Amino acid sequence: MTRMSESAGSTQAREALQSAARESDAIAVERTLAGERDAFRGLVERHSQQLFRLAYRMTGNEHDAEEVVQEAFLRAYRNLGQFGSRANFGTWAYRIAANYAIDRMRQKRTEDSRRQTPSALAEEQEQDPLDLVPDERPTPDRLAGNTELRKKMEQALKELSSSERTAFVMRHWEGCAIEEIAAVLKSTTSAAKNTVFRSVQKLRRALEPYVGARSTLQAKAAGAAPEPRGTEL
Amino acid sequence: MKHLTEEELIAYREGEPTQREAIAEHLTSCTTCRTELDRVEAVLSALDNLPVPERGPEYGRAVWQQIAPRLPERAGRGWRAWFEPRRWVAIGAMAAVVLVAFVAGRWSKPRVSDAPGASVAQVRERVLIVAVGDHLGKSEMVLMELANATQAQGQKQINISAEQLRAEDLLDANRLYRETAQQNGDAALADVLDDLERVLLDVAHSPQELTPAKLESLQKRIEAHGILFKVRVVGKELQEKQKTPNSAPAATESKAGERNKA
Repeated sequence: MTRMSESAGSTQAREALQSAARESDAIAVERTLAGERDAFRGLVERHSQQLFRLAYRMTGNEHDAEEVVQEAFLRAYRNLGQFGSRANFGTWAYRIAANYAIDRMRQKRTEDSRRQTPSALAEEQEQDPLDLVPDERPTPDRLAGNTELRKKMEQALKELSSSERTAFVMRHWEGCAIEEIAAVLKSTTSAAKNTVFRSVQKLRRALEPYVGARSTLQAKAAGAAPEPRGTEL
Repeated sequence: MKHLTEEELIAYREGEPTQREAIAEHLTSCTTCRTELDRVEAVLSALDNLPVPERGPEYGRAVWQQIAPRLPERAGRGWRAWFEPRRWVAIGAMAAVVLVAFVAGRWSKPRVSDAPGASVAQVRERVLIVAVGDHLGKSEMVLMELANATQAQGQKQINISAEQLRAEDLLDANRLYRETAQQNGDAALADVLDDLERVLLDVAHSPQELTPAKLESLQKRIEAHGILFKVRVVGKELQEKQKTPNSAPAATESKAGERNKA
């Protein structure tokens, strides 16, 4: 009972905080539109962290993420007059950042493919096919640290298309609604759902050999069978 | 037994609401599907461990310093905003109020306006009194309707879109009156209009469909500002002022003092 009332209390407190933040965002937007440039500063300071987290997860590197954050705020400032005042500024800026990050990822891919010299392409083609098969034999080194797994995960994320990566980041890490993802991807909700599925499926194919081996060996090392997970869902 | 597809398992893991209960029930009795879900879970959990570089509390300030020199000067919304189609109704209403106030001042009391003591400032003050009085009356109506809104039996959501539209229209006028009051040095009136602006913004930015709990929360916020009381006090005061034209500045100041107390 006490826990229930505590939980209700914390929900109310959170709602009150969110409402206060929305109100103060709305005032800052109105004042910026009225010509007070410094009012925009509050919006930048309040939403930078959230935008950076999204941008980093989408682009995979700090430099690009910082550029996305800055460009998102610049675009938001320039287009503030078109901002439907019913929407929440945070959500709107988030959407601008996601769209710019997609553009940035696409641009980078094009640049990377142009930069790839014919000799590099030939080298890639000559690579031993066995090297492309994930090595499922876990070595003590591999288990000792997660550096290699981290590299594999980064690589797997990099291999997703920009839409898939956006869908995965927004759904899995940021907990966005499918409708919100569809709006960013400019697609239907069913197409957005499908993109989320495809992204998880690709990540699974790429990472399961490493993750599976890791968890089995870790369990053996701990002398216990791996506990079933996910049933609480 | 028919097993769940990979798509169903992933959708379930990613919080898709469709068929959740049926899938959960299946998972309790099917080891194969549970194992499959565990494998999906293992990959996603591993990905959750990918770190995001920390950005300290100063990060927002750093971003501002980076972008501030690149921000173009904004001339304010100015006249362009006033000519947005949805504001025409509000502009028309305000113009009518100003015109009525002017005509009333010019023709009903010709001797007063022609008197040597009458000044442009007094006429402006009178126009402001009439217009702000009307504005406060409209604002009070919107807030009263929201404060007394209740859900009908069996209704899960309360639609406040009509009140939101009115609040949005009132916001523009409110901003204008607040700025005018500030320029005229009527700090008390400017404060009340500032409070009113916050409440109107809160209403305008709330979702259109509210659950009873959210409506109650909005009503509490309106109540917390004490805005209905302040609006009524100032509105009454302005009505009195309308009855006694060309009130002396000293009287205005003393009234402002009373408002501050309120």
